[in-house]
Formats: sequence, C-alpha cells, structure tokens
Amino acid sequence: MEEKLTKIDIITSSSKFEELKEALNAIGISGMTVSNVLGCGIQKGHKEFYRGLALDINLLPKIKVEIVVCDVPVDLVVETAKKVLYTEKIGAGKIFIYDVKNVIRVSNGAEGRDALHYDD
Amino acid sequence: MNTVNAADTSFIIFATALVMLMTPGLALFYGGMVRRKNVLSTTVHSYTAMVIVSIQWVLIGYTLCFGKDFAGFIGNFQFLGLHGVGFLPNPDYATTIPQSVFMLFQLMFAIITPALISGAIAERMKFIAFAIFILLWSTLVYDPIAHWVWGAGGWLRNLGALDFAGGNVVHISSGISALVVALVIGKRRKIKTITPHNLPMTLLGAGILWFGWFGFNAGSALAINGVALNAFITTNTSAAAGALTWSICELIIRKKVTSLGIASGIVVGLVAITPSAGFVSPLSSILIGGIGGALCFFFVSVVKQKFGYDDALDAFGCHGIGGIWGGIATGIFASKAINPAGANGLIYGNIRLVGIQLIAIVATIAYSAIMTFIILKVLSKFMSLRVTKEEEVDGLDVSLHGEEAYGGIDL
Repeated sequence: MEEKLTKIDIITSSSKFEELKEALNAIGISGMTVSNVLGCGIQKGHKEFYRGLALDINLLPKIKVEIVVCDVPVDLVVETAKKVLYTEKIGAGKIFIYDVKNVIRVSNGAEGRDALHYDD
Repeated sequence: MNTVNAADTSFIIFATALVMLMTPGLALFYGGMVRRKNVLSTTVHSYTAMVIVSIQWVLIGYTLCFGKDFAGFIGNFQFLGLHGVGFLPNPDYATTIPQSVFMLFQLMFAIITPALISGAIAERMKFIAFAIFILLWSTLVYDPIAHWVWGAGGWLRNLGALDFAGGNVVHISSGISALVVALVIGKRRKIKTITPHNLPMTLLGAGILWFGWFGFNAGSALAINGVALNAFITTNTSAAAGALTWSICELIIRKKVTSLGIASGIVVGLVAITPSAGFVSPLSSILIGGIGGALCFFFVSVVKQKFGYDDALDAFGCHGIGGIWGGIATGIFASKAINPAGANGLIYGNIRLVGIQLIAIVATIAYSAIMTFIILKVLSKFMSLRVTKEEEVDGLDVSLHGEEAYGGIDL
C-alpha cells in the first residue's frame, strides 16, 4: 500500500456545484461527498429585516465538496476546480488539501487505491 | 322578486371565504415547487395579489366588470368606489343575494387570477415590477374579459358563450398571459438543475385548492339549488379524474406515479371542469377531468421540453391548456337537462355551441396575449422586469426581500 491518497475539500457557492461536478467527472472523479454548510470569511454578508429588526448576516450558505483521489493527480483537480470556480470577486471559494492514511471499502474490504477504484 | 334569501346569502358568504383561501393555497402549491432560496418571493406574489386587487376592486375593478355595459366591452363607472353597492340584490347577476355579497365573491376570483400568472415567472422577476404588473393586468385584462363573459351586455355573454365559473375569465386569461410573461423575461439560469424544495407544501396547497374550488364552482350558481350541487359533484369528480389520468400517464411513460403528478392532475382536473361545472353531468365530468389530465401531462412533459420556454411552475401548461380544453368541453358536454339556463352541446346535437365556445376562447387568448405584451413593454421602459444575475444566484428571498425562509444555523 505505497500509493498516496489525498483528500481535497472544496468550499464554494452552491450555484457553481453542477458545473464543478461535471468538470470533475470529466477528469475521472466520480465519487464525492457534498454537504450544505454555512461559513464566513472576508466576503461581506447581507442585511436581513425581521419586523423592525435589521440584522447583518455574515454566515453565508455554501457547499462543501469532499473528494479523495489516488490516480487522478491532485494538481489537475485543483486546476480544474480553480478554473470552474474563479470569479474576480471574493467569495468564490477555498480549496483544502490533506493527506489520507487509508481508505476502506466496506462492501468488499478493499483498502487504499483499490477501495477508490471501481471496475465496471 | 329581488328579496334577499338568507340561505342563499349565507351560502355565498361561505363560498366567498372558500375562494379566498385558494390564493394562500396557491402560494403553498407554488412555494413548494421553487428552490428554498425563492420560496418567500414566490409566496409573496400570491399575497401581493390579495393586497393590490382588494383595493383595486373597491376603487375601480368591480365597476369595470359589472357596471352598466359600454359597447359590450367594459362596465361604466356607476359602481365607482362601490357607490350604490349595498344590501339590495342586483337583478342582473343574482336576485336573491345582496349585491355586496356578489361583489365580494367576485373579488376573490379577481385576486386569484393574477396570482396564477406568478407561476410562470417564479424565481426571476423583480418584485416591484410584478406588483405593478398585477395592478395594470387586473385593470386592463381581467376586468374587460370578466365583463365580456359575465357582465350584463358583455359581448361574449350576448353571443351565448358559456363560462360557469371562469374558464375564460380566470384560467385562459391567466394561462396565456403567463406564457407571454415567461417568454418576455426569459429562462431561469441553469434551468436543468432546478428541483422543487418542499413537495409536502405543494401537496397541501393542492389540497387547499381542491377544498376552495368547491366555493369557486358551486358558489358560482349564486344560490343553493340543483345547479350548485351539480357543480359541487362535477368539481370533485373532475379533480379525481384529472389526478387519475395524469398518474396513469406517468405510470405508462415513467413507470412511477409521483406525488407532484397527483397534485398537478388534481389542479388540472379542477381547471378543466371550471367553465362547465354547472352545465354538465357527473358522468361527463369524468371525461372532462380525465382528458384534461392526460392533455396537460403531455403539454407539460413533452411540448414544454420541446419548445424550451420556461413556464416555471406550469401556469400555462395547467391553467392555459386546461382552461382551453374546459371551454371546448363545455361546448361538447353542456346539457339543458342539467341547467335550463345553459345550452345543449355537441353530444346533444348542437354543434353551434362548440363554435361559440371557440370564438370566446380565441378572443380571450388574443386579447390577453396582446395586452400582456403591451403592459410588459411599457413597464420595461420604466424599470427592469428581471432580477440581476447576482440576485438570481443569491435567491430572491435575500436579494429582493431581505429575508430567508429557512436560513442560518439551528440555534
């Protein structure tokens, strides 16, 4: 089990998700975990009004896409995501990259690269 | 003659309240079908119709519909500001209920009609533009058409066109206008990825619409009599038949019956029976709702996809197409045995009624399409009709109303 496993988290606006998913599929990534998240960074939020009460809302709805790769080069994933997500403005998103110790596929006990690899 | 009957009056007051509830029901029906970021904006469209038309109706709407006829086209100003609309019946419309009750009953129809249009423009139209559109559309489109069909001296009424509870006036007019607005303001972005956010809400809305429709159709008899009860029966039967055939179409084509399909079929069945509810037999209503369900299923799932127009929540597909079919069906199935004040249709040997119904339908389509287009063109000289790309991406609830339906973290 010498192969290197890498986890990539991409946090971005939900409106970009379909495009991102298609682009990732095109470079050979078919598995991912996606969640709705709330977050704040330096992007300014918006004002909301409830009766007379004005609130500054800076926790904005985003999505988090988590993928783990082995065969697909991490640089390719990052370049693809950057290309799809890029806007000139802040709030376009962030990408986090981590080392992964192991991956275990429950259905057949495969580990590491084999656990990510699906034969058709 | 012309004495108020307490039973009839109580019945119509009850029916009026039922029809009023249809508009909040519609808000739920539509609200569940949009994305979570647009549910408030979609809901507010219906409530805006309740607010604006209630005032417009008192000031000018009622008199334009039901004032003394001018040239068969529009009512005069005799009831301006509800002047002279009181406890005495207006024998032109209902001899046993106060004119004030008739006025209120009609108001609820005038409210829901522009609200129906909002289904076509959901998730992308500017709120203020839609609010002004409602005011102009009610005054320039709804009021004249209601006068043609229901007003004493209205040219379609004189022609003998039958529209029991508003197939032309409510459904064709709003359905066709919905298509025009959808074409003028264009498609939503990334339309292929959009799915309903809360179908239980939509199903509750469909149930409330079904419930309220009893007031809409049975109440349109304007008295408690055989015609009212016949309309009650045909309305319930047609709703069921519409849901049944829509579901069967789904089962054949997609192998699964969907909850949204049942909700849509119910509404289409109700739309289809509206113009004929007080003129046709319960057996005919099975055919009317059933054919309506299949026809609208075909329009919404095949024709719309082919042409690619973005009638977001199928205001045209359900109300326009269902209303047109209902108008034709009235010409086919109407029976004097059910309602002596009506006419016999095609299956009783009177082909002429189909022709008259077609004239009424074509006139309604042409007038509402042209007027809606003109209203939008004029309105667009003063303001943009559509939200910006950023507003659309962020969702109309936050960007136009400064609120979220289900926002933030759970505290």
